[in-house]
Amino acid sequence: MATTKDTSTAVQAAPSVTSYLKSHMRDYGMLIALVVIMGMFQFLTDGILMRPVNLTNLFLQNSYIIIMAIGMLLVIVAGHIDLSVGSVAGFIGALAAVMAVNYNLPTIIVVPVCLLVGLIIGGIQGYWIAYWKIPAFIVTLAGMLVFRGLTLTLLEGQSIGPFPESFQLLSTGFIPDVFGAGRPNITALVLGVLAASAIVFLAARSRARALKYGIQDEPFAFFIAKNALITIAIIYLSYMLSTYRGLPNVLITMAVLIAIYTFITNSTTIGRRIYALGGNVKAAKLSGINTERLTFLTFANMGMLAALAGLIFAARLNTATPKAGFAFELDVIAAVFIGGASMTGGVGKVIGAVIGAFIMGVMNNGMSILGIGIDWQQVIKGLVLLAAVIFDVYNKQKAR
Amino acid sequence: MENIILEMRSITKTFPGVKALDAVNLKVRAGEIHALVGENGAGKSTLMKVLSGVYPHGSYDGDILFNDETVGFSGIKDSEEKGIIIIHQELALVPLLSIAENLFLGNENVENGVINWPKTFSRTQDLLAKVGLKESPSTLVGKLGVGKQQLVEIAKALAKDVKLLILDEPTAALQENDSAKLLDLLLELKAQGISSILITHKLNEISRVADSITVIRDGASVSTLDCHAQNISEEDIIRDMVGRDMAHRYPARDSQLGKVLMEVSGWNVWHADALDRQMLHDIEFNVHAGEVVGIAGLMGSGRTELAMSLFGQSYGKNVQGEVRLRGELADLSTVPKAIKSGLAYVTEDRKELGLILEETIQTNTTLANLPRVSSFGVIDENIERQVSEDYRQALNIRTPSVFQKVMNLSGGNQQKVVLSKWLYSQPDVLILDEPTRGIDVGAKFEIYSIINQLADDGKGVVMISSEMPELLGMCDRIYVMNEGRFVGELDKDEASQEKIMSMIVKA
Repeated sequence: MATTKDTSTAVQAAPSVTSYLKSHMRDYGMLIALVVIMGMFQFLTDGILMRPVNLTNLFLQNSYIIIMAIGMLLVIVAGHIDLSVGSVAGFIGALAAVMAVNYNLPTIIVVPVCLLVGLIIGGIQGYWIAYWKIPAFIVTLAGMLVFRGLTLTLLEGQSIGPFPESFQLLSTGFIPDVFGAGRPNITALVLGVLAASAIVFLAARSRARALKYGIQDEPFAFFIAKNALITIAIIYLSYMLSTYRGLPNVLITMAVLIAIYTFITNSTTIGRRIYALGGNVKAAKLSGINTERLTFLTFANMGMLAALAGLIFAARLNTATPKAGFAFELDVIAAVFIGGASMTGGVGKVIGAVIGAFIMGVMNNGMSILGIGIDWQQVIKGLVLLAAVIFDVYNKQKAR
Repeated sequence: MENIILEMRSITKTFPGVKALDAVNLKVRAGEIHALVGENGAGKSTLMKVLSGVYPHGSYDGDILFNDETVGFSGIKDSEEKGIIIIHQELALVPLLSIAENLFLGNENVENGVINWPKTFSRTQDLLAKVGLKESPSTLVGKLGVGKQQLVEIAKALAKDVKLLILDEPTAALQENDSAKLLDLLLELKAQGISSILITHKLNEISRVADSITVIRDGASVSTLDCHAQNISEEDIIRDMVGRDMAHRYPARDSQLGKVLMEVSGWNVWHADALDRQMLHDIEFNVHAGEVVGIAGLMGSGRTELAMSLFGQSYGKNVQGEVRLRGELADLSTVPKAIKSGLAYVTEDRKELGLILEETIQTNTTLANLPRVSSFGVIDENIERQVSEDYRQALNIRTPSVFQKVMNLSGGNQQKVVLSKWLYSQPDVLILDEPTRGIDVGAKFEIYSIINQLADDGKGVVMISSEMPELLGMCDRIYVMNEGRFVGELDKDEASQEKIMSMIVKA
């Protein structure tokens, strides 16, 4: 067929670093953008951006967006959207406040109950979307209004707080230094080194495997450079954090979630089927995939992660307010699309969504330090979202 | 001297790798009804697309003369301006707009940019009277039956001052009396001096209304018959339609039939949306181990509906009947159950229904049987790679690696990926729906070889195809299907294209 492109040369010849990078612009473009943006703000803010205290804040501020972006990635890969996550997060925060503050229930009960409620909320929305084929946009728009309203009802229009200390640990806690107190925090450094070694080990193993099957097209120099950069970045980061208060609990939660969901999307049958469902729902169905149940589970999972995000946000503010979670869904969805997910489903990576969330987060943080008003922040964030998607579409068209 | 309204001279149209039309001639006299007949894929629709400007002037070779004037259309708008209007098989009406709005869509009665509704409605009433449709102009088109919608389409053509009306299988979806009405209308229009080209498979319609007939086969015009000068029998037309020669070659196979693998009985299925329309009537058939069974029939005869309703009730409502696999009653109510029972279905539309185009060959190959490459829900990519690599070699999929996205493959190679997927699901019976559609001759031969190999391995193969030579060359037995029923069964030795075609057109 005339339209068929012969891409065999890309695989068989050993490509140079630049040509490899060019052909993988879609994969690395946003990571490069993140590094550039960080560098720019580091310069513009006279180094405030990368100060230990600010770095810690950066993680704390964006943790809930990142956690929801992971769930949203699955929803969007499955070909849907969830507009209700901000309201659900706010509602769960309110629920936690009522349970922990008004009824004095212990954290050990409050957290699992809240996660379960989130799971059920997501499941109910997913039920209508999956089995009744009601567009996700409509169902979750309704959910957004419903839970915004229920948050107000639950809080009776007031803020509730403060939370007991054990609950606050969800967000403001730090991993204690087992090697004796003090700065730098040795635990943080050790964990950083361990994480970096694990990443390099896994990368080397998968490269060795790929080489064995003769399917490796990544230049060796690129592999070394990439992993060296990752290692340096992680160790530098953990060093910076260790000179402040160590690793925030939230960072560990996030890292664990990113690892789990990367594994699910890359290596499990359920992940594979979600991509298939988003790529071509009819073909997936005719291949014996229970597309309805999968859609349902995707939304239930989103509900649970939104609940977790709501808990962390409430713990961070130390109060549950009626305004909590307002417009979070927009940041979350933007993060996923900046991270390279496709509007039509079937394409997107967990790590991409995380990078997308960090791009938004660093811009928020950097512009706030610079004293740029919220008005212009919105304008700039909007333009960045548009630019990122245009970049993605452009690269896709070029690849054809 | 004959008065010729349209002459198409040696029209040749090539698509990449395929010559769709090869020096086709067509001559239509003014004020006649000209029937255009031929098998599916013979090139009728392509010819009409050339005529109406869908394939613009310059993308084909040859001349078109309309009213003794050489014309070259660059789009449908051009041809409509000259009065050539085509009504496609799939109607181009907007169901949520009224009849009046549809009639003048793109051709509105405008004064200073504002639609003159009274004029629109009164003209609509005139046009509806002309086609004999007793409906209010404000009725929504979606509320009309297919027959009435056809009449609206014709009225729409009349609104544009039509000189030559082209109808692509207008009666395919119509009931008997609606068809009769439509044909009467064509005769009436003819009396008013409007010529028409009628594409149809139904020979009784041709003998009723046509003045002359052009037969097209394999992209070439085979014959033009004058219905008034000659006495033409249906057999003559059928012979011209199917031809004598076997265009392709088929790999030989020694059939070793085993026991009955699959047995379908009393299979009744209703339309998915219109519950009063029964699509399949009392279908009975069986497949033996090591047998290739063909299902012949025209487009719309219900072959795909049959296959999909069997495969986990993916089509239709109110599915009734029973299926026995290896003698045991099988539960095929969902796709996973059908796969588990040993059924596989290769769809006719591989891009829409068969493949995840954005994914790799490897991903597509294992999709229908992921548990086999995974343990506790975790996919072992090494096994997966090995499996897809094995199929790549066995089916000779031409690609540098199994990591190629399937959208970059040619049609033949894509089809082999779909086959890989279903072979890996370990079926007993494979239903192949148009397995060689849109792929070149070389790849076809490879697909045929794969099918033969499957039969030799003791599997049952059901092959649905619009290409009769293919069925005759490949199948041990052929069922003939028409309008949702099995109207005949032919053994390899007695089957011929003429027999199949006459079973269809005489049913």
